[in-house]
Amino acid sequence: MNSPDSLRSPVKNARGLGSARSGVHHFIVQRATAVALLFLTVYLVVLLVSLIGADYSQARAAVGHPCNAVLLVAFLLAMFWHGKLGLQVVIEDYVHTPGRALACQLVVVFACALAALASVLAVIRIALGA
Amino acid sequence: MPPVARPLSPHLQVYRWQIQMVTSILHRASGIVLSVGAFVLAGMLLALASGQEAWDCARGLLASWPGILVMIGFTWALCYHWLNGIRHLVQDAGWGFSIPAFVRSSWVSVIGSVVLTAIVCAVAICCGGVA
Repeated sequence: MNSPDSLRSPVKNARGLGSARSGVHHFIVQRATAVALLFLTVYLVVLLVSLIGADYSQARAAVGHPCNAVLLVAFLLAMFWHGKLGLQVVIEDYVHTPGRALACQLVVVFACALAALASVLAVIRIALGA
Repeated sequence: MPPVARPLSPHLQVYRWQIQMVTSILHRASGIVLSVGAFVLAGMLLALASGQEAWDCARGLLASWPGILVMIGFTWALCYHWLNGIRHLVQDAGWGFSIPAFVRSSWVSVIGSVVLTAIVCAVAICCGGVA
């Protein structure tokens, strides 16, 4: 706390410790990705059902079609982002040991980021015919 | 853990079960299940990009009976999380907070997810799945 005769503004002590301007960031991104997934999930289910019975080359051709590739990448990014935000809250709620909680959060972030990068790269490779 | 054993609020076991808490618990549970499903989907895309051999192997796993059961489970989790997610977005907008509306929308999520799962599975079977 500031002593009464300090020349420091109280803002100096509060800055960086609170949620000013970023407190609802998690909430908003979770809702924004949810709205995106509301539509992209329907698209994904339709795509997957349409691929039933498809052989390897047909599946590759479908995933590699520019429209499908773009929508799939959008779905993958929204999904892993939304999943990361959700798992983060689960860990915040149930893991109470600070060190273990930090380790869990890092595992979730790294796993989601790696899976998102790998799956997006897979779609791009298929789309570009690699 | 805190060094002092402070009193805690009562946990799940002391409450009478009601549909509102079922929807809340299922939303979180289905979200965790879908996170696993996300990695399965990523694995399938990697297999598809890797080549015919990897694809046949991954496809064989999902087409086995345990694989089909897991896929049905993912389908239900997706249907439930999707329906109840719409319910949450509606509530975020400030609608449906009266107790009767809350209970009604909870039942719509739970029963609707089973109906939706049945529809998706039926369409999948009609398209030649589980053959």
